[in-house]
Amino acid sequence: MPAHDVLIIGAGLAGQRAALAAADAGASVAILSKVHPVRSHSVAAAGGINAAMNPADDWRSHAFDTVKGSDYLGDQDAIEVMCSEAPNEILHLEHIGVTFHRNETGHLDLRAFGGASMKRTAYVADITGQAILHVLYEQLMKYSDRVDRYEEWFNTSLIRGDDGRCVGCVARNIRTGEMQTFTAKTTILATGGVGQAFKPTTNGLICTGDGMSLAYRAGARLMDMEMIQYHPTTMTANGFLITEGARGEGAHLRNADGERFMVHSAPNKMELASRDVVSRAEQKEINEGRGTGPLKDSVLLDVTVVPKNRVLEALREIVNLGRDFAGIDITKEPIPVRPGQHYTMGGVKTDSDGESDIPGLYAAGEVACVSVHGGNRLGANSLLDTLIFGRRSGEHAAKVAASMPMPTVSDASLRDDEREIKSIIDRPRTGRRVSEIKEELGVSMNRYCAVFRDEEGMTKGHEIVKRLQEEAKTAYIDDQGTVFNQDVLGALELGFMLDCSEAIVKSALERKESRGAHSRTDYTERNDEDWLFHLTVEKDGADAGADAKLGQSPVTITQWQPMERTY
Amino acid sequence: MSSTETTNDGASTKVEGLQEFTLRLRRYDPESGKPAYYEEFTIELEPHRSVLDGILQAKNDEDGSIGIRCSCRAAICGSCGTRINDKPGLACHTHLDEALKRSKDGKITVEPLGNMPVIKDLIVDMDAVHWKKQARVTPWLLPSEPLPEREHIVPREAMVDVTQSMACIQCGACVSDCLSMEIDPLFVGPAALAKTYRFVGDPRDARHQQRLNDLAQDPHGLYACTHCFNCIEACPKGVAPMSQIMRLRRIASQDHHIVDRNNGERHEMAIVNSVKKYGTLNEANMIPDSYGGKLHPASARAMLASLPVITKALLRRKVTPKSALFHPKSPDQAQIKRIYREVGEREQRLEHNLYITQPDEDPAEIAAHEAHVAAAAAREAAAKPGVDQTGAGA
Ligand SMILES: Cc1cc2nc3c(=O)[nH]c(=O)nc-3n(C[C@H](O)[C@H](O)[C@H](O)COP(=O)(O)OP(=O)(O)OC[C@H]3O[C@@H](n4cnc5c(N)ncnc54)[C@H](O)[C@@H]3O)c2cc1C
Ligand code: SF4
Ligand code: SF4
Ligand code: FES
Repeated sequence: MPAHDVLIIGAGLAGQRAALAAADAGASVAILSKVHPVRSHSVAAAGGINAAMNPADDWRSHAFDTVKGSDYLGDQDAIEVMCSEAPNEILHLEHIGVTFHRNETGHLDLRAFGGASMKRTAYVADITGQAILHVLYEQLMKYSDRVDRYEEWFNTSLIRGDDGRCVGCVARNIRTGEMQTFTAKTTILATGGVGQAFKPTTNGLICTGDGMSLAYRAGARLMDMEMIQYHPTTMTANGFLITEGARGEGAHLRNADGERFMVHSAPNKMELASRDVVSRAEQKEINEGRGTGPLKDSVLLDVTVVPKNRVLEALREIVNLGRDFAGIDITKEPIPVRPGQHYTMGGVKTDSDGESDIPGLYAAGEVACVSVHGGNRLGANSLLDTLIFGRRSGEHAAKVAASMPMPTVSDASLRDDEREIKSIIDRPRTGRRVSEIKEELGVSMNRYCAVFRDEEGMTKGHEIVKRLQEEAKTAYIDDQGTVFNQDVLGALELGFMLDCSEAIVKSALERKESRGAHSRTDYTERNDEDWLFHLTVEKDGADAGADAKLGQSPVTITQWQPMERTY
Repeated sequence: MSSTETTNDGASTKVEGLQEFTLRLRRYDPESGKPAYYEEFTIELEPHRSVLDGILQAKNDEDGSIGIRCSCRAAICGSCGTRINDKPGLACHTHLDEALKRSKDGKITVEPLGNMPVIKDLIVDMDAVHWKKQARVTPWLLPSEPLPEREHIVPREAMVDVTQSMACIQCGACVSDCLSMEIDPLFVGPAALAKTYRFVGDPRDARHQQRLNDLAQDPHGLYACTHCFNCIEACPKGVAPMSQIMRLRRIASQDHHIVDRNNGERHEMAIVNSVKKYGTLNEANMIPDSYGGKLHPASARAMLASLPVITKALLRRKVTPKSALFHPKSPDQAQIKRIYREVGEREQRLEHNLYITQPDEDPAEIAAHEAHVAAAAAREAAAKPGVDQTGAGA
């Protein structure tokens, strides 16, 4: 049975950064991921990463932009930690090999991004996430003797000891089907977001909210789950993302009449207002009949106004995306886009060392909610979040582990999970197909929990989620094998997504105001008097079928009192 | 493909409806004890959708046991490397209609990548081959110590330049069809050598010489590539591994004067000199020249060892006894000499890079585009005062 000081579940940016930090702090480390680490969805991040690197900039300005972007729901102490530590983190990345693009003097170049009062986004063309992820993996290869990698292992549950501490997890070796108990003094979840509960989404097929659900099932609280980011520029043709970097480089948004409609809702920042603001403006154009395309369901993103050599150098990936996936040469004609599900602001509630409600259990990255993003995440703040809190979790977990003995863990959970998997494989073909339920969930969440929401729609959405939860209990699969049985993992992932969806709809129904990405047509204003707090969700009781229970948690305000938000 | 064609494709697919396609998937279940077999699935999708979308439809609706790695669906995670109608690539990056066009029997055949063991269906063991080879090239930055207090100051172009090899998503498509690797499984291979350029092209790395020497001396290293171009054709990200390999060789020989014991460098210089002298390859002189000239003792040994090759060349009329003795000069020899002179006089080698220039750049088009950008900027500038006023008022 593998036993480590620090066990990390997930090998995207947050997980890999945590692993390296824990190893540097002297801990024995295991990192486990259901896909090869470089396939993690961090690889898709395009535009860049924020830090006040410019001598004329100040981290406080970055922090204020983040607070304002969050619609004052972000915790300001955590935001201060993130923004003040950002420049050193970027320098660290530069030192270990990230090929950040430079300006004419050979220093780091910075590009403009949404919601920022200054150019402060460091980047590698438009493959920033890929570049950082691959460089971290280079380091993991370098650390082979100190970090054990379990690649293509699927985590099925967390284990709590008699004293309530998290003492490890159960995972399945996808290649062989073998189940294994992992013992650990501390465990860090870094499993990413839950985009796949929506269809379409910019997230990969692996983003199924596993860690949020596992922590929730183990008794931790989730927070800010109603806050789902819709990105303003996803390709209408297929839902793929066009990075905000495009607008950062100067691209325009236009409606069917050719008007730059952002002038109405963000006359100063125009296309570079916060994402929630831009997405709402677009949806409004579309809803009011000024959309383009055969279904009038899009607006136009015009990249042709950006100099072509700059596009080829800095936005090459979206040239390829346009050409290969939509048949459009974006250097010659505008491309139809619309708001699409992109990011989960909420997640496992943690403090700024990454610790959750459960002793010994940490969370970092998109799975976590510190909360630095509050009601709306700024572009290029998420990569920063994964790295800062990944590192902090790794360091803190290693420190805690250094002063405690290795716990002893029974394999009761392992046997439970084995039984569960066997029962899924053995189910008669009388219920619905797992893939069918997943499809209905995605379409429903996207209909009822999107850019604009109301009581009636969300109530319907909630009923559907409850029904799908029932149907999932008898849903069947085809694959009976043990080697790479992706089918049975799909059934488990469906369960995770349903847990998260319930938390999302329930919180969204509860919050009777409009704040950040949560915009209600029946409560159109932000209401600080009644709603300036986080909503939390936890399981009401220990048994498997227990309902979700809502709670509250205060918002931490240090130096910025809530103000009206204009761009 | 010209852009108008692309645009038409995009536009026409919007009005076209669904189309039926037959996917012919290579199945292999290691637990069944049975050999691999092919199974057909009929799917219905818009023709511009990807082969991966097709496979996922079959998996979701008909048979959940179909094994394929995939996540992003957008050619960025590198999971879905497969062979489609005998060509390696990404399933999510290949349109159904394109794949059909390349098919001989009206079906789209999808198989696992080559040169790697198959685990199940379309899933291969990347660890056993691809990742092992990556580990071979010391794949992390080795900067000089101590590190600078702030970032390294490096030329702007250098970081744009290495972006082409950084763009590799480790999908293994190039490894699948590498000819050298087929013959020599120990060959370091296209992806790992492209990765090497990512460090050798990076001015922050302090071990260029050691990296190059290490790979030049390795009989399965820098000079084991046979220039078959398969990796360039296979790569979905424009990394062009073979071009990176050639750049590594140029840097090794011209900048670091590395002479390898496999005679790769001399062989390359022999080619260069032959073309300079004759305008074509003088095959008869290649072996002695590669091994240090006809009088070098090693060259006699190499000639003997290469007898089968020479005989084959004679048989295939690649080398006639007459041309071997009196190698004819190319009629344009003056031109060729001039090219050599000009390139030789350049202070810097010019290397083609995807992120810096585009192959099909048309000057007229660039000028037109620049005019368009300038006009847009002028329009914006004219509109600006109004915008600002609204801003101040809000
Ligand atoms: C298209 C796109 C573009 C983006 N661009 C930007 C940008 O420019 N700037 C920015 O700041 N942010 C951007 N983001 C957001 C950002 O990329 C993500 O929020 C961030 O990368 C998440 O990283 P992570 O480490 O938390 O999770 P991920 O990278 O998603 O990694 C999750 C890991 O957990 C593992 N895992 C999950 N479940 C299990 C399980 N059950 N068992 C074992 N392992 C498991 C996975 O295998 C994976 O290794 C973008 C997002 C998308 C989708
Ligand atoms: S060009 Fe060289 S590296 Fe590329 S596939 Fe051919 S032999 Fe392999
Ligand atoms: S070089 Fe190209 S084909 Fe080869 S692994 Fe990298 S991305 Fe894939
Ligand atoms: S699914 Fe990610 S590259 Fe094809």
